[in-house]
Amino acid sequence: MQAASTIGTSLDFYLFVSFALFTIGAIGAMTRKNMIVLLMCIELMLNAVNLMLVTFSTYYNNGDAQIFVFFTMVVAAAEATVGLSIIIMAYRNLKSIDIDMYNKLKN
Amino acid sequence: MSLQIISIILGSLTLASALMVVLSKHPVRSVIYLVITFFLITSMYIMMNAQFLAVVNMIVYAGAIMVLFLFVLMLLNLNKEVEPMATRGSQLAAFIAGGSLFLVLITALKDTLILGQSYRENHSQIGLVKELGNLLFSKYIVAFELTSILFIAAMVGAILLAKREKQIIE
Repeated sequence: MQAASTIGTSLDFYLFVSFALFTIGAIGAMTRKNMIVLLMCIELMLNAVNLMLVTFSTYYNNGDAQIFVFFTMVVAAAEATVGLSIIIMAYRNLKSIDIDMYNKLKN
Repeated sequence: MSLQIISIILGSLTLASALMVVLSKHPVRSVIYLVITFFLITSMYIMMNAQFLAVVNMIVYAGAIMVLFLFVLMLLNLNKEVEPMATRGSQLAAFIAGGSLFLVLITALKDTLILGQSYRENHSQIGLVKELGNLLFSKYIVAFELTSILFIAAMVGAILLAKREKQIIE
């Protein structure tokens, strides 16, 4: 009864959205071959985890998780910068952004 | 009641635009849909009264990171090429794996004790700038200072990686 009347504003709704976002990001990371889109899918998964942390932080009325989300965003910004510069360098060498072209370590 | 309808609409819009990130063939369209997704996630932070994180999410993610992605996409000039896609078999395998992951997560959610308990989202004052600032500059001051070292390392690494190597003169 409680769950039915508060379906939109309850904790489990945001948790459901967060799980679904994480799943979509994981599926994207497995299906796409473009390296930039792969990085974007990783950002999507990071945001899903951030959403879940904020949800629990609001639920328990505790600010530590929100500070953790802040640091996650900082690390994500640094990661995106370095990842994109690696992609630019790789594109200069092979003139392709397909992740399957970069299997030189295999042989 | 209206708050519920708003959050349901926001959640479904978020999921729809996140799906479009994965499904759209053109990388620039993926970036645009990702920006929309980040804006909608920001709106969900506002619904939970996490004001500081809403502003930071908007500035850092939707502003800085997405512009960086868009710049790199434009710089590489991939428009003429055909977007590489996975084969049918691996796509099917990815969807099965992702679906089972989602199933496991939802089953774990169903078994938790907190399911169905609502929280008074507009009464939580923890996400305000004052509270988080007090926490950030007292308990987490060391981590905050270490962040600057991380940024310097990332900046030096990015410049070194993206710098064009010296051409060998014959």
